[in-house]
Amino acid sequence: MLFLIILILTFASGYFLPWWVVAIAAFLSALVIGKTSRQAFWSGFLAVFIVWIVLALFKSIPNDHILATKIAHLFNLPGWGYILVITGIIGGLVAGFAALSGVLLKKAFEKH
Amino acid sequence: MKFTKAFLSIAFTLALIWALQTKFGPVPPLGKFLSPADGFWQNAESKHILAAHNLKLTGVTGKVTVKYDENRIPHIFADNEHDLYYAQGYITATDRLWQMDIQTRQAAGRLAEVLGPNLLEMDRYHRRMGIVYGAEKTLKAMMQEPAIRQMVLAYTEGINAYIHQLGPREYPLEFKMLDYAPEDWKPINCAFLLKLMSETLAGGSNEFAMSNILKQFGAKATNDLFPDYPMHEDPIIPIGTKWNFKPLTIPKPSAGFSAQMNDNVKRVVKEEGIGSNNWAVSGSKTANGYPILANDPHLNLTFPSIWYQVQLSAPGINVYGVSLPGSPCVILGFNNNISWGITNVDADVLDWYQVKFKDDKKNEYWYNNKWNKTSRRVEAINIRGQKTLYDTVIYTHHGPVVYEDKSKTTDHSPDFVPVGDALRWIAHDESDELMTMYILNKGKNYADYRKALTYFNAPASNFVFASKDNDIAITPNGKYPLKYKDQGKFILDGTDPADDWHGWIPFDQNPTVKNPPRGFVSSANQSSTDQTYPYYINWSFAPYERGKRINDRLTVMQKATVDSMRILQTDTYSIRAQDIMATMLKYVDASKLDKNQLAVLQIAKGWNKDFAANSTGATVFNAWWIKLYGLIWGDDFANKNLQSNYPSMDRTEQLLLKEPNSKWFDDIRTPAKETCADMVTKAFTSAVTDLVKEHGQPGESWQWGKVKKMEITHLTQQEALSSGNFESGGTGSTINALVNGHGPSWRMVVQMGPTVKGYGILPGGESGNPGSFFYSDMLKIWQQGQLKELLFLQSPTEASGRIKTVVTIGSK
Repeated sequence: MLFLIILILTFASGYFLPWWVVAIAAFLSALVIGKTSRQAFWSGFLAVFIVWIVLALFKSIPNDHILATKIAHLFNLPGWGYILVITGIIGGLVAGFAALSGVLLKKAFEKH
Repeated sequence: MKFTKAFLSIAFTLALIWALQTKFGPVPPLGKFLSPADGFWQNAESKHILAAHNLKLTGVTGKVTVKYDENRIPHIFADNEHDLYYAQGYITATDRLWQMDIQTRQAAGRLAEVLGPNLLEMDRYHRRMGIVYGAEKTLKAMMQEPAIRQMVLAYTEGINAYIHQLGPREYPLEFKMLDYAPEDWKPINCAFLLKLMSETLAGGSNEFAMSNILKQFGAKATNDLFPDYPMHEDPIIPIGTKWNFKPLTIPKPSAGFSAQMNDNVKRVVKEEGIGSNNWAVSGSKTANGYPILANDPHLNLTFPSIWYQVQLSAPGINVYGVSLPGSPCVILGFNNNISWGITNVDADVLDWYQVKFKDDKKNEYWYNNKWNKTSRRVEAINIRGQKTLYDTVIYTHHGPVVYEDKSKTTDHSPDFVPVGDALRWIAHDESDELMTMYILNKGKNYADYRKALTYFNAPASNFVFASKDNDIAITPNGKYPLKYKDQGKFILDGTDPADDWHGWIPFDQNPTVKNPPRGFVSSANQSSTDQTYPYYINWSFAPYERGKRINDRLTVMQKATVDSMRILQTDTYSIRAQDIMATMLKYVDASKLDKNQLAVLQIAKGWNKDFAANSTGATVFNAWWIKLYGLIWGDDFANKNLQSNYPSMDRTEQLLLKEPNSKWFDDIRTPAKETCADMVTKAFTSAVTDLVKEHGQPGESWQWGKVKKMEITHLTQQEALSSGNFESGGTGSTINALVNGHGPSWRMVVQMGPTVKGYGILPGGESGNPGSFFYSDMLKIWQQGQLKELLFLQSPTEASGRIKTVVTIGSK
């Protein structure tokens, strides 16, 4: 569920809001419906990892990956696939840690 | 505990976001740069191109139609001139905004503001050379001419209309890489661009080195080694052309200059290959009976391409050619009636004056037998991540004192600037070169051509011309200071009015020729005239080889076609080898060569003097000659104050051909007395040793195209965005002058006639975006030495299968 919500929010914001909005989306979602630390981190990570890769491919496939290939070479990477995965990991890490923060904050306020 | 954990996690997440939003050294902010929402992915252009779309822009007064052809070259049709230049600004910015921004910053000395302290010294140099001072004056002149004022303002408005549409995600890739934002375009940027051209083509000098040479060797040897006219020459204005004007009185040499020349006073190597070719052939020598014009300006080749192809059409104007991104108008091109092109003259329009200050305050300087006040100009240089630097520059009536004492220089200051000297440079003067272009763009005939040229000051250019009326002409044109002979060959005396520039050569006395009997005109940066021209323009020009080859070929050419011109533009035959190879082979002592060296000698002997990409003979000749040149002068010019400013190739050839017993052949560092033959043989053996070391045994790896480095580099110097090394023929002294990243930045051939036909090619593409299919789509055709027929539409409704996209622009 958390995964799906972060995925939808990231996807929706991807076209008009700055990149770091994914962190807010993941953080707030986890704050509301997050359960465990592990579940929150991986939901955030995977959701944004997937969305960023899909959005990047939307631009890169009609471009025959000519730009992605050049940027990969700029970072001394052999091909466009590498820069695509790194893009996903960076987005994933930001959302993962944001979701983790959300769920930890939620737990801090929960009464037992 | 739980709160601590939550707090730590939040703090870590925020730190991560901050780190990904920040630029570290040359690495762009990774989060911003890699995210699909803001980052580089947004610059990946789709191969699916819209066939038609509409734009609404504030400021457009009528309707503008832009038709893009298969190379994405825009053909702009507007209802009036305001809209035409507005649209030119807008459309150029869509393809080249970052290039326009960075080139302006380079000229204006504002690179450190966005690129950081590493660029500070370059900025200081540009400020202290007085480029901003000159651009401000030029802007004033441009704004006084109503037509130019309107044009520059409309062009600026168009660029800004585009900039204001952009959000960070739409910024061109390089802004994202370097992490800064585009700023509004200002009319002065157009002036900066012209000053940058002056700097590239007329901003170097070797007067400092020449003065040191004079000091070391004395006047007699200096005049012998650095003569005022070369042995080999084939000047631009044909020999024997009569000067039908009464020249002004030539100023007298100053007392100081005369004393230097009498040996009484004890007191930057120019690169071959920054040159260009142009020519026009009269209808009497062409297949269709109308003139053909050709032009290929050689510059440091870059991505994005230096030039931007465009067709500009409005009532009263329809012109096609290449423009400079950041300047309105077509700079080199044609219309239905005329065509024109330019090469660099290399006039002596930059001089250094030794200043005598009264004291350390430097408020006064000695000139004309009295103390005169200096003025000061404060340059504020913004530096990314640091405080603004305020740099004060002292001015005398000559111009800026670039480095008034050693404390103002750093290790990165250019060697050729003499400390303590004031600079007088044509780029400091107001000028209105855009008026030249404006008149040429609309020009109908020879009279318009002559009128246009009167507005052109700098950089002085050889303007070639051809018209439908069957006129051809060439004019080494610019604003030339009136000087005594050789005034400015050495550093001048800033205290003596006799060393000042003495006014100007009248425009109508600039060298020019129209319809000469030989049936063609041409230029390749060689001497403008023979020695009968009454005025001094410069004491040295580019060597004559390219000009000689062009003239030899055009002389014998009959029934010329566009293809004959294309073949000539890509000619790689070496006149230098023709002049000296036989003599070098005569002097080489075969008895001193081993088996391997003898085999290489055979390659040299069998060579056809063509610098073709697959030629091994070219490689041997080139290495041998460069080695010989270095061996002859390296010992005598070892003093680093001489800045390796060796005598010219032409003078060295003269030594080889006519003065084999000259003392200059002797290597003064050895006890033995070397002769010409010794040096030629030594040069040969050590050239072979070097070639074997670098490329192995003679064979395919010795081919000229494999040995010579040639690459088109992106302006950021990033290899990933550059062309990569490619094989090519030619060298600096052949017509197809491809060497060290220099070469033909645009090749154009125009066949005049009832229907004009243009052909041309860029070494790159129209788009400056590395993520575009049009970034380097024309490079291959250029590499093959082919041209494309240019689509010159006569009206916005003319149908053509080559039009791929139509954009209609209306007012908002």
